[in-house]
Amino acid sequence: MATSRQAEASSRWRAPIMALVLVALFVLEGTTSNALFTGSWNTSLAILNMGLISAIMALGLNMQWGYAGLFNSGVVGFLAIGGLAPVLISVAPVEGAWGAGGPRVILAIIVGLGTLALSAMTWKRAGRKLRVPAILTVLIIGFVAYRWLFDPAVDAIEANQSAQFGNLGGLGLPVLISWPVGALFAAAAAWGVGKVALGLRSDYLAIATLGIGEIIVAVLKNEEWLARGVKNVTSIPRPVPYEINLQQDPDFQSLANSWSMSVAEASGIWVKLCYAGLFAVVLLLLILLAELALKSPWGRMMRSIRDNEVAAEAMGKDVTGRHLQIFVIGCAVMGLAGAMMITQDGLMAPTQYNPLRYTFVIWVMVIVGGSGNNWGAALGGILIWFLWIKAESWGPQLIGLLTSPLPAGDIKSHLLASSPHMRFIAMGLILLLVLRFSPRGLVPEK
Amino acid sequence: MEPINALIVFLNFVFIPAAAYGAQLALGALGITLIYGILRFSNFAHGDTMALGTAITILATWGLQSLGITLGPLPTALLALPIGIAGCALAVLATDRSVYRFYRRKKSDPIILVMASVGVMFITNGLTRLLIGVDEIRFDDGARFIINVRDFREWTGLSEGLALRSTQLITVVMAVIVVWALFWFLNRTKSGKAMRAYSDNEDLALLSGIDPERVVRMTWIIAAALMTIAGVLYGLDKAFRPFNYFQILLPIFASAIVGGLGSPIGAIAGGFIVAFSEVAITYPWKKVVEYLGFDTGSSLLQLMSTEYKFAVSFVILIIVLLFRPTGLFRGKSV
Repeated sequence: MATSRQAEASSRWRAPIMALVLVALFVLEGTTSNALFTGSWNTSLAILNMGLISAIMALGLNMQWGYAGLFNSGVVGFLAIGGLAPVLISVAPVEGAWGAGGPRVILAIIVGLGTLALSAMTWKRAGRKLRVPAILTVLIIGFVAYRWLFDPAVDAIEANQSAQFGNLGGLGLPVLISWPVGALFAAAAAWGVGKVALGLRSDYLAIATLGIGEIIVAVLKNEEWLARGVKNVTSIPRPVPYEINLQQDPDFQSLANSWSMSVAEASGIWVKLCYAGLFAVVLLLLILLAELALKSPWGRMMRSIRDNEVAAEAMGKDVTGRHLQIFVIGCAVMGLAGAMMITQDGLMAPTQYNPLRYTFVIWVMVIVGGSGNNWGAALGGILIWFLWIKAESWGPQLIGLLTSPLPAGDIKSHLLASSPHMRFIAMGLILLLVLRFSPRGLVPEK
Repeated sequence: MEPINALIVFLNFVFIPAAAYGAQLALGALGITLIYGILRFSNFAHGDTMALGTAITILATWGLQSLGITLGPLPTALLALPIGIAGCALAVLATDRSVYRFYRRKKSDPIILVMASVGVMFITNGLTRLLIGVDEIRFDDGARFIINVRDFREWTGLSEGLALRSTQLITVVMAVIVVWALFWFLNRTKSGKAMRAYSDNEDLALLSGIDPERVVRMTWIIAAALMTIAGVLYGLDKAFRPFNYFQILLPIFASAIVGGLGSPIGAIAGGFIVAFSEVAITYPWKKVVEYLGFDTGSSLLQLMSTEYKFAVSFVILIIVLLFRPTGLFRGKSV
């Protein structure tokens, strides 16, 4: 990994110009109605909100890849863990579920984690000959005990009001509390993963984290007592007002009239503006903290480790320890973004966590924006998200244009029907073009 | 009779499916290992390129079927396979020309090549969906079963039946032939030796006058053949859906890594290790154990539910890497 990524001269105006381009795109989307843009502020703000969350995801990945050179391809898993927090924190508790099996599940999880810790300890302490049998004994006894505790508890929870809920439910706390909790969940998972996987080299780490992401998503999909699996958790509380309440509020109705908009449209825009404000505050705060960290001695040490691991180690820096630290911090940011996304959607659907969308597109955001540069990663996140959404309508139009000379028939209708897949091709092309012609991204590291 | 019944259940639900799946994984992992050995990067686009090769083969199969050409009891896809391989080879050669060659010449960091392969993965994925859609496609015509459960029961008088699908037998036979041909090529022919020399020591190989671009081209063509064959066998055995081929990337990588990246024998061993552990750990052993005369009560004796198949391959990967950082057969690392 000892590659030179030292900065070459690049214009300091790149970030402001890119920000202006983005502003122009969102304003066009909000005001102009033609083949390219919808001309609806509701759509524009909806794209912006998810763009801000994407920017936070990209920021988290940029900390790992841009500062430290860690190839994490399990982003989707840490997003999903963060997304669990709004469910467990803010959803109303399911009557009787905790009584049915809650303590027993917690005990089972403690036994499971304890078994892993005990086997790690056995490995360190036991003599050479006794190692393998000792570890096997610990693992087998631990596994049997875990299953003996876990299985009946899960059955009991799922049997409780199974038609309506069948899961644990949450604590019923305000949803904003779940954002930092999401970050904590992801950080805890990242610590465990990092302890095991961070010893691996670049390619091996990439594949190991790919697997970890898949496993976390598989757990959420299948452990119905926790997140209801494919049955989804709906009606997660909101930190902002509901459209329907706004529409019934006379003050808001007169406000909408003064904007000369229909009440329905104005309420949608108002809610999205509230979200945008919340998300923007979080994003700016994170960028500020990240920039301060990067400019501190800590940040310089991080980059020196990235640029030359061997030299940094020779100077007495704890490379493995720093890697673990930055891995945990980056994943915590991803978990935060995951919790924010679930809060905005009001819905936890474990099946939505598709690695193509939530790992690899985030990679595209970081690479295109500029790895190593926080502003670049955040702007890249918003830009790529905008293109990802718009590709859905631009792709079919492009195909329609290209196939217009073709005679009507099977081939033409097949091409038109499958044109939504153009967005994957567009993402791939953007990634390859940027990697080739501007490998340090649109807003490179200073 | 009871132990024989236990054996039949074991063969039917564990051994035969795992052997077929292992053969598919081994062929996929051989491709990964070849590309890692020669081009020195992990190809994330592998699964989607398998899907592309399979999609071309399916289109060719439909073409042949509409002309009335079939292979009788064998699936027509076998006849269409060379067309699929040729199409896939052209696609990967074009990719190498337009994407990877630039970074190879620049001697870029391997991780940049991995990233480029992510871009290729997106494009291949989109092209495959554009070409054939996202729906599940079954294209296994011909005879479905070599042995079916009812006939087997009638012949033997046992209470358990054995099923052997034709696709399972074809998979194993094809895999044996392909592996034999690959090893013959690598060990006996001049080009194969050049490839091995280049993989072992690039500078030495260049000194002795081996043309690196030729070696790279050959690697891609062989990898395309392996990918298409593995993809078609997997599609015949299960069913074709583009997204499944993205998901199979993980067990394929796990197989290649467990064996040791860059080691062909390791890839084959890894494929079977991963397949057998996946099936054995997610299979409910209740019936087998009961035939052997043990009372299991209400428990299914299933270590993990089937949904965690991918978790098994990953856990094996981590365990192996913890103790042998370059795999069982001591592969390379860049």
